[in-house]
Amino acid sequence: MLRVEKLNAWYGASHVLQDVSLEVNRGEIVCLIGRNGAGKTTTIKSIMGLMERTSGSVTFEGHELLGRPAHERFAHGLAYVPEERRIVTGLTVRENLRLGLVSSPNRKKEAELIDRTAEIFPRLAERLDQTAITMSGGEQQMLAIARALISDPKLVMLDEPSEGIMPVLVDEMFELFQNLKAGGTTILLVEQNVELALGVADRAYVLDQGSVVHHATGAALLADAEIQERYCSV
Amino acid sequence: MAGLSLELIGLQLFAGLALGSVYVLLAIGLSLIFGMLTVVNFAHGAFFMLGAYVGLWLLSIGVNFWICLVAVPLIVGGFGLAVERTLIRPLYGRGIDYPLLLTFGLSYIIVELVRIVFGKSGYPVATPDALQGAVDIGVGYFPLYRLFVMGVTALILVGLWLFLERTRYGLIIRAGARDAQIVRVLGVNISRVWLMVFGLGCGIAGLGGLLAAPLQGVIPEMGGPILAEAFVVTVVGGMGSLMGAVLAGLLVGVVVSMTSLFAPEMAKVAIFALMAVVLLIRPQGFFGRAGLMS
Repeated sequence: MLRVEKLNAWYGASHVLQDVSLEVNRGEIVCLIGRNGAGKTTTIKSIMGLMERTSGSVTFEGHELLGRPAHERFAHGLAYVPEERRIVTGLTVRENLRLGLVSSPNRKKEAELIDRTAEIFPRLAERLDQTAITMSGGEQQMLAIARALISDPKLVMLDEPSEGIMPVLVDEMFELFQNLKAGGTTILLVEQNVELALGVADRAYVLDQGSVVHHATGAALLADAEIQERYCSV
Repeated sequence: MAGLSLELIGLQLFAGLALGSVYVLLAIGLSLIFGMLTVVNFAHGAFFMLGAYVGLWLLSIGVNFWICLVAVPLIVGGFGLAVERTLIRPLYGRGIDYPLLLTFGLSYIIVELVRIVFGKSGYPVATPDALQGAVDIGVGYFPLYRLFVMGVTALILVGLWLFLERTRYGLIIRAGARDAQIVRVLGVNISRVWLMVFGLGCGIAGLGGLLAAPLQGVIPEMGGPILAEAFVVTVVGGMGSLMGAVLAGLLVGVVVSMTSLFAPEMAKVAIFALMAVVLLIRPQGFFGRAGLMS
């Protein structure tokens, strides 16, 4: 479904991704792990079209995406939930959800889709008309995820969704990922919480200093203490 | 005498609100463009002046004033679209000073071109027949045309508010002003939004110029002083805030008008004094977000 080949990316003059290749198949949960600065965030930002300078190839369902702007990648069915939530705090919860539909062909079914989202995210349902700034960090993160999901994307990329969120909500979130997978959504996940992430991942790629250094099934990596120790321990 | 001065103050208050309406029309565009594109548009006064000249030209070839009210903002807004697309767009991402210098230079070019085409001296513009005369507003007779300017401004504000609060595009603009990247990953072509916002701001400035023409006549340099005053308005109201632009615009209009009643020579100084006081007490302005410029 998503095929990344020899992806390189630069921040100014520094070459932050070197020949990253990876693949995500339909219906999988694939996880990127590695230390801070290993290139996980840059990889998904490059896939979404948010890096200024990239080379290589990113194809999604056969379409070459590299060089295309982010909004066109959304139209192909990619969704991205960035780090640090990034919900629009001046808007209400409902407006944030509507924002997830502004460019989607599904926007004609807006009311129906907001109802559906409220069912999946009961915490948001109670707060639809509150300004998003009144919510806790975890609720804001749920909103950011809900906003990315409301347009029914084919592939959702999440950058450290569990960071700084209370454990109860993290459990809810990972349950949601499994439900999404069961419903046919494909997920590419960047996580610091390696154990939790590998527990749900079909496959995982280990990144270090801008390159893929290891690739295995989630279960195999979960059992591989040596790799975890070498590339993921802080 | 006491009754007479109260009436005079009342009339002067209305005159201030009418003047403030013109400031508001400039300041909302400046504010919208800054809030969304982080472009400080120094050509905004030139677009205002162009509105007045396009109106003058259309009136001179026999187009009626009511059609001008629609045509002028469309023409000036269209010119704004062309400016954004060809001159400003290549400068995004290079810092706030590039578009600032570009629009500053552009304003000189526009003024010079108008001097070449229309001549250096100004022209008076007649108040439209239907809007001549004065009406009793309770405290005395007030020029109908000034009431009309206030009414048009109110209509524009209501329309803009409905557009921003009730439509999909409005939602995109409100969200995009806070976080452009999020709007992009949700599928919005942000370049097109920026283009439209720039055009919209310029179109409203052009309308302001047309409305101001019968009040002050037209000269090529008319955009300069009012741009300075409109900047004061956006700074006092808070850069990027529409509500701030409206309230500060009316306030500045009233301050100018009241000062000219008591100390006419101080009128233009008073608004800069007002700005200084506001900045000392509240550096981000009435509704501004602290740190927006950094």
